[in-house]
Amino acid sequence: MSRESASRRLPVIGTLLVGLMLSIMPLPETIAPFRPDWLALLTIFWAMQLPRTWSVGSAWIVGLILDVSYGTLLGQHALALCVIVSITVRFHLLMRVFPLLQLSATVFALLALYQFLLFWINGVANIAAPLVTYWAPVVTGTLIWPFLHIFLTGVRYRAPAGG
Amino acid sequence: MVASRGKNRNPARIPALGLRLLVLIMISMVLMYLDHREKHLDAVRKGIGAAVYPVQLIVDAPFRLWSWLAESTVSRNELQLEVDRLNAERLLTNARLQRLTALEAENARLRALLDARARVRDEVRVAEIMAVDANPYEHNLIIDIGSRDGVFDGQAIVSADGVVGQVIKAGLKTAQAVLISDADHALPVEVNRNGLRTIAVGTGEIDRLDLPFLPNNADIRAGDLLVTSGLGGAFPAGYPVATVDAVTRIPQEPFANVTAKPAAALDQVREVMLVWSPPPIVKEQNDE
Repeated sequence: MSRESASRRLPVIGTLLVGLMLSIMPLPETIAPFRPDWLALLTIFWAMQLPRTWSVGSAWIVGLILDVSYGTLLGQHALALCVIVSITVRFHLLMRVFPLLQLSATVFALLALYQFLLFWINGVANIAAPLVTYWAPVVTGTLIWPFLHIFLTGVRYRAPAGG
Repeated sequence: MVASRGKNRNPARIPALGLRLLVLIMISMVLMYLDHREKHLDAVRKGIGAAVYPVQLIVDAPFRLWSWLAESTVSRNELQLEVDRLNAERLLTNARLQRLTALEAENARLRALLDARARVRDEVRVAEIMAVDANPYEHNLIIDIGSRDGVFDGQAIVSADGVVGQVIKAGLKTAQAVLISDADHALPVEVNRNGLRTIAVGTGEIDRLDLPFLPNNADIRAGDLLVTSGLGGAFPAGYPVATVDAVTRIPQEPFANVTAKPAAALDQVREVMLVWSPPPIVKEQNDE
């Protein structure tokens, strides 16, 4: 049982670690605002695929780690992530049968909600943030989603006892 | 409600999702409130920061490797050239330093004559910037020493050319710093030429600072050097900050549009210095 759950966790933790690296990797000034929210995309995928193991709790912890590495308010990304993951978990059966295009549209909505929550918390806490570039990750995240989805599906079904 | 109870029989339904979400949202809100208002959560932040540190090291590693490779594959000729250049530079700086020692002594004497507090030398320590992006919406950087080495929140960071920024979150082994060009950053400066005091505010552009609080008749012109005035308490006095590059006076407006270019190349520095300045004036007031 524990071995099975360990092998189920490994690919998820691995991809999340890579996601964290991509999130803090330095990018040139001009394209940095367009960096997709890797961890949001990854937690959406894993919550959709393995909603029993990866639900709001783990999303919250991922968000907390993101808060520390970004130096934002402790709990800001955590809150936004666990809200979008809870929606994903609630509709995971539906989202699994969506065609890729429709799924991308759903992801777009989720990412927009995620950014909105972050933006709203910034607003409440009176932290200044640029208005336009804030929404760029939503677009880039949606564009990257199909490829990420195909790649992660490969990871999921090739991993030992991944089901 | 009936519908959701009916769903209970559905094997795919995740139990107590709404409740867990609610609890987590409440915890997040409490955390954010505490973090924003009280700064009580430094220990939590440091704990999680220590867990993130290896990831930051891994992200930084390729850049380190690259610069190491670049360093170790330089031709002998280039190295010789660089040694020559550095030697020449050292001679120049040494010559300047000699004058500085004399000036410092003279300054101390004059200050003693005026009965003013003598300026003590600041202590500095070199830190390296890690190739890790923190927040994309802020001008932040991460340096490779933290509170274990005595770094504290609010500490001033300078480079060889001028002020770079200040520490905002000191972790255990790393520290996050905000650049002076960040849109949320402001620092008290004075014009080196005439001592005119004002505030330099970051614009969000890496090579521009704004000086929004100067009246139209202020004595400032392009080319003026701005140095820290030390009035805010965070930055020690006398470090170069920026040079004024444009002054636009519009008669109807109460304030002049003054922009300045940071003295330090904020996006190119790799090594910075952290400054431990002597205890501020507050202590002296207590003594009296």
